[in-house]
Amino acid sequence: MNVVVWLAEGTWQACVDAAAEVAPPSATITLLHVTDPALAEDVSDAFGGLMGRGTRGPDPGAAVGAAAARAQEELLAAAAARLDRPSSPVRRQGRLEREVVTAAEGADLLVVARDGPVTRLGPRSLNPPTRFVVDHAPCAVLLVWPTAPPPVDTIPPPPPHKAAPPPHKAAPPPHKAAPPPPPPP
Amino acid sequence: MWAVLLLAAVLAFAVVRPRGLPEAAAAVPAAAIAIGGGLVPWSAARDEMIMLGPTVGFLAAILALAHLADAWGVFGYAGGLAARSARGSPTRLLTVVFGIAAVVTAVLSLDATVVLLTPVVFATAAAAGVRARPQVYACTHLANAGSLLLPVSNLTNLLAFGATGLTFLGFAGMMALPWVAVIAVEYAVFRWFFAGDLATPARPSPVEPTPAPRFALVVLALTLAGFAVAEPMGVAPAVVAAAGAVVLAVPLVVRATDRRRTALGIALSTNPLFCFFVFALGVVVLALRRNGLDDLIAALTPGSASLLGLLAVAGLAALLANLVNNVPATLVLVPVVAHTPALVLAALIGVNVGPNLTYVGSLATLLWRRILHARDEPPASAVFLRLGLATVPACLLAAVVALWVALKLSTVL
Repeated sequence: MNVVVWLAEGTWQACVDAAAEVAPPSATITLLHVTDPALAEDVSDAFGGLMGRGTRGPDPGAAVGAAAARAQEELLAAAAARLDRPSSPVRRQGRLEREVVTAAEGADLLVVARDGPVTRLGPRSLNPPTRFVVDHAPCAVLLVWPTAPPPVDTIPPPPPHKAAPPPHKAAPPPHKAAPPPPPPP
Repeated sequence: MWAVLLLAAVLAFAVVRPRGLPEAAAAVPAAAIAIGGGLVPWSAARDEMIMLGPTVGFLAAILALAHLADAWGVFGYAGGLAARSARGSPTRLLTVVFGIAAVVTAVLSLDATVVLLTPVVFATAAAAGVRARPQVYACTHLANAGSLLLPVSNLTNLLAFGATGLTFLGFAGMMALPWVAVIAVEYAVFRWFFAGDLATPARPSPVEPTPAPRFALVVLALTLAGFAVAEPMGVAPAVVAAAGAVVLAVPLVVRATDRRRTALGIALSTNPLFCFFVFALGVVVLALRRNGLDDLIAALTPGSASLLGLLAVAGLAALLANLVNNVPATLVLVPVVAHTPALVLAALIGVNVGPNLTYVGSLATLLWRRILHARDEPPASAVFLRLGLATVPACLLAAVVALWVALKLSTVL
């Protein structure tokens, strides 16, 4: 069994813990971290946008890129230590969501953490890159909460019913009456 | 006509940057051609350079001061301070970074924020387990938008400072309200724009307290106070900044193992080529102004400092800053509106806040990058452009209204 664990800043601990729990001893575990170089490039460009400073001076984008590489190593090392069983690190550069999907090719399980607000159950408990990964993953996905999940009563109330949905022509007649709309909160 | 070509050549060179040559490599010969070819009489060019002298001196001193503050560990200390006060919350970290970036930009100029503070902020966020995007973009945005407060905050302010006729404190007093307004708008937009990244929980990790670089902080505070105090006594702010830089530089050089190299590094941190570039660009723009540009800009700018007049000037300045770049835009605009100091301040709002829209410098640079993209150069960043669209118009409006209020309350202008 191939398990890929996507490590992202702030939430990776929960993914490592979940992988340790569900992966059988025979499983090979890959610790994946992706750095998006766009951030460092944008800093570089913003500095380049200042006219007259020349091109030989210190490039803050390069400094950010170097700091990102260091942070990636530290994160992978910390994750390997936390997992405390054999694993192999994978470092990728590019758009987060695309790189994660590509890296999950051939895997049996991809472990991903929610990265939206943790004080309530949805909606939008996934930021866009994570949403993309869950949508496009080429394998089974284990989606974990980065912290203890919030209680069920934090789920937002359903939107008020404006009108019954139009019946589908080919739909079979309902066997019983539709359930009454839920009471307003 | 020739003057237009000269300026266009200088600006095109700055966009294309052939072989990574500095901008001065085109601007200095262009200035020589302008003088030699009779577009600008030598006496006028000399007067322009004499007028720019204190500005460029101030620029060099403030660049060195920021470099020295970094050598003394001021930025590392700021990063540690941010990490500790954030206590593991991405939103609190953003708030603290906003405060630090606004102060660093105001006191040590936008170069200090972009070059020295941004990498520290990234490392701070990464160490705190926080997604660094909001904080890093905050630095790049506040480098421009947070540079309204003091004449030292931005080269554009230095170039226009003389034309406002204000004292150092007077300038700060007029621009304080617009500065606060812009930062407030930026903060609100950032909270909304990066709501996803800011909502991601972070696990606070213990941060070792770093000792404050007291000597450097005291020297910086005294230098800042010196700007205000020395001016009525007839001492130029550039002299105060240079004095502060010398006080910070001497112990570093004395303590260094390789003194010559340390001293050279500090001397180079003044970026002499940048200083030459400002002189040369001043002369090239003067050639254009003497050949009809002043009349054209004068026809486009309103004459009175009403709210609409201020808005129009700020909008025109932002437009010019995005079309070419904010340094030439300032050189072109300020002399034309110098008759009304309030309009100079409005122009500064435009040239300082505007560049966040086409963050790579100008529309020309954006287009050039599109062309390069055909050769696998990364295209312009969508995040940056969307963030610019979300902030710049609102910031311009808020700042101009704040300036208008400040003008109504003020007795100086």
